[in-house]
Amino acid sequence: MTDKTTLKITYREALKQGMHEALITNDKVFLMGEDVGRYGGAFAVSKGFLEEFGEDRIMDVPLSESGFVGAGIGAALAGMRPIVEVMTVNFSLLALDQIINNAATLLHMSGGQINVPVVIRMNSGIGNQLAAQHSHSWEPFYAHIPGLKIVSAGTHEDARGMLLTALESPDPVVIFEYTSLLNMESEIPSSSGAVDIDKAKIRREGKDLSIITYGPGVYKALAAAEILASSGIDVEIIDLRVLNPIDNETIINSVAKTHKVLIVEEAWRSVSISSEIISRIMENAFFSLDAPVERLCGIEVPIPYPKHLEDASIPQKQDIVDSALKMIQND
Amino acid sequence: MEKEEIKLNPAITRELGLKLLYQMILIRRFEEKSAELYTKEKIRGFLHLYIGEEAVAVGTMHSLTDEDNILSTYREHGHALARGLDPGSIMAEMYGKQEGCSMGRGGSMHLFDASKRFFGGNAIVGGHLPMAVGMALASKKQGLNNITSCFFGEGAIAEGEFHESMNLAALWGVPVLFLCENNLYGMGTALRFSHSVQDLEKKGAAYGVESAKTNGMDVLEVKNAVEKAIAYIKSTGKPYFLVCNTYRFRAHSMFDAQLYREKTEVDEWKKRDPILTFSNQLLQNELISRDDIDTIENKVSAEIQKAVDFAEAGTFEPVEDLKKFVYSP
Repeated sequence: MTDKTTLKITYREALKQGMHEALITNDKVFLMGEDVGRYGGAFAVSKGFLEEFGEDRIMDVPLSESGFVGAGIGAALAGMRPIVEVMTVNFSLLALDQIINNAATLLHMSGGQINVPVVIRMNSGIGNQLAAQHSHSWEPFYAHIPGLKIVSAGTHEDARGMLLTALESPDPVVIFEYTSLLNMESEIPSSSGAVDIDKAKIRREGKDLSIITYGPGVYKALAAAEILASSGIDVEIIDLRVLNPIDNETIINSVAKTHKVLIVEEAWRSVSISSEIISRIMENAFFSLDAPVERLCGIEVPIPYPKHLEDASIPQKQDIVDSALKMIQND
Repeated sequence: MEKEEIKLNPAITRELGLKLLYQMILIRRFEEKSAELYTKEKIRGFLHLYIGEEAVAVGTMHSLTDEDNILSTYREHGHALARGLDPGSIMAEMYGKQEGCSMGRGGSMHLFDASKRFFGGNAIVGGHLPMAVGMALASKKQGLNNITSCFFGEGAIAEGEFHESMNLAALWGVPVLFLCENNLYGMGTALRFSHSVQDLEKKGAAYGVESAKTNGMDVLEVKNAVEKAIAYIKSTGKPYFLVCNTYRFRAHSMFDAQLYREKTEVDEWKKRDPILTFSNQLLQNELISRDDIDTIENKVSAEIQKAVDFAEAGTFEPVEDLKKFVYSP
């Protein structure tokens, strides 16, 4: 036996373990959200927590997104460490005023006197035939706002570890988690715990092409990379992880190495994270490029219900393979 | 002709009378000076004056302790002054100077002082109510004995946040005082055009929140009502909803031509001026003399001059610091 043992767990279990550890290690931490207690979490992430930690620390809240997100912010101002779960990102629009005008803004408006150590978790993404109102990818929208730290858990390790680090932040952190990954199993080191929430991460090293992505794009890109490898194409995969503030350095270094970039994102194409990454590459790494940056993004349509149309709305593994092949073959 | 007798109810000491009168006059003169400085373009942006409503801030703040949390609106100069924020730091804030209580980053609508537990200066109507509930929730969780006092206007009662917050506060049983300053106009829209039920205190019943109304033009009535509310909150740990019926003598902001109300209505309310009526009460009960009022006016005048001098002498933050206070250092 080595200490490099691994653990095979679902993404759901990874989220659960992270939250469990946070609740055990800090008695100021409490979880509040719709159906987090008696129901066990809409996605069973907090199943059993109510029995273990009691009502004071696992708080079911009514359908009052603005009210309970604001209350979480208030509790954070007054000495607690709330984890506010907004069941899905779709409902977070009802709490947007609280998130933007209070969480993101109080530190500034008070001239640095009042920081807001709140963590807001949201399940997000596309892929379960939930139709237009329940299939939003609001990462670009939230990443637009100064004062928030926006992180995206595209892997099991991050699903387990990002929350723990977010709870150390003096400022508000929004964590995007992904419904489409919940049942997916993966191996993570048994010892895995808190992870940094400052840097992008190279998930696969390669030399021919940089694929920059986040969220559900990470595992899709890794799967595409395996297929491309069998054709002798060696791609590098960057998981952005932190969408605000964005880690320029990892991107620039990768472009300097591969000279070609493909960005993969589920959110709508215009005014997106990919738009921002392309701008940063233009500003910082233009002369490293051998070809125009390309991107695969969400098609700009409210996400339709039928499976074939839903699938066509976002980049799939095969799309990544095809785009990468085209970019390399055009060389 | 028989002289009308005005009894103080309850009887108060000369000392308390002088204190409350001083605070109300300080707010009044501070606001008048602010209006003047606005026309001189020393103060910019939005400026919402509290003139006419002084009894509410002063009557409330008197009964709160240093440990209590306070959240207020964009018409909060009076609350800040009554809470004991330094008038110079407030004036400097409105000048946009870094000596201001929010480093100049907030301006008139965003006065903050963490040391006084004064959490704004919140300018999205109703947006601070959920935070107040959360702060009270934190007190409950930590076993603290303080309360959170949240000021808002009647306009906020039309916002969803009011209803969500009342429900959450009652559901969780947290020590928050919801204090509505009903000045009858949400900007230029009268109460009767905004609310199907205009006896606002009735709205508490829907949430099982103990509620009352009081005469917001009378500082002692406000003080009594707030003391009763605080006693209830402290003995039960539950929220309380108090409506203080009051009136704004000045325009909504400095851009308001007041087309929505008659001057006669304003004049009628001015007969109930909280400073005038309280002064008369104190005089008639021989708790104070005319000389005392002159002394207060002189002291206030000096205090305000000092505040203006402080603001004038203040400095602007260097532009190189622009990106400060977005994230914690």
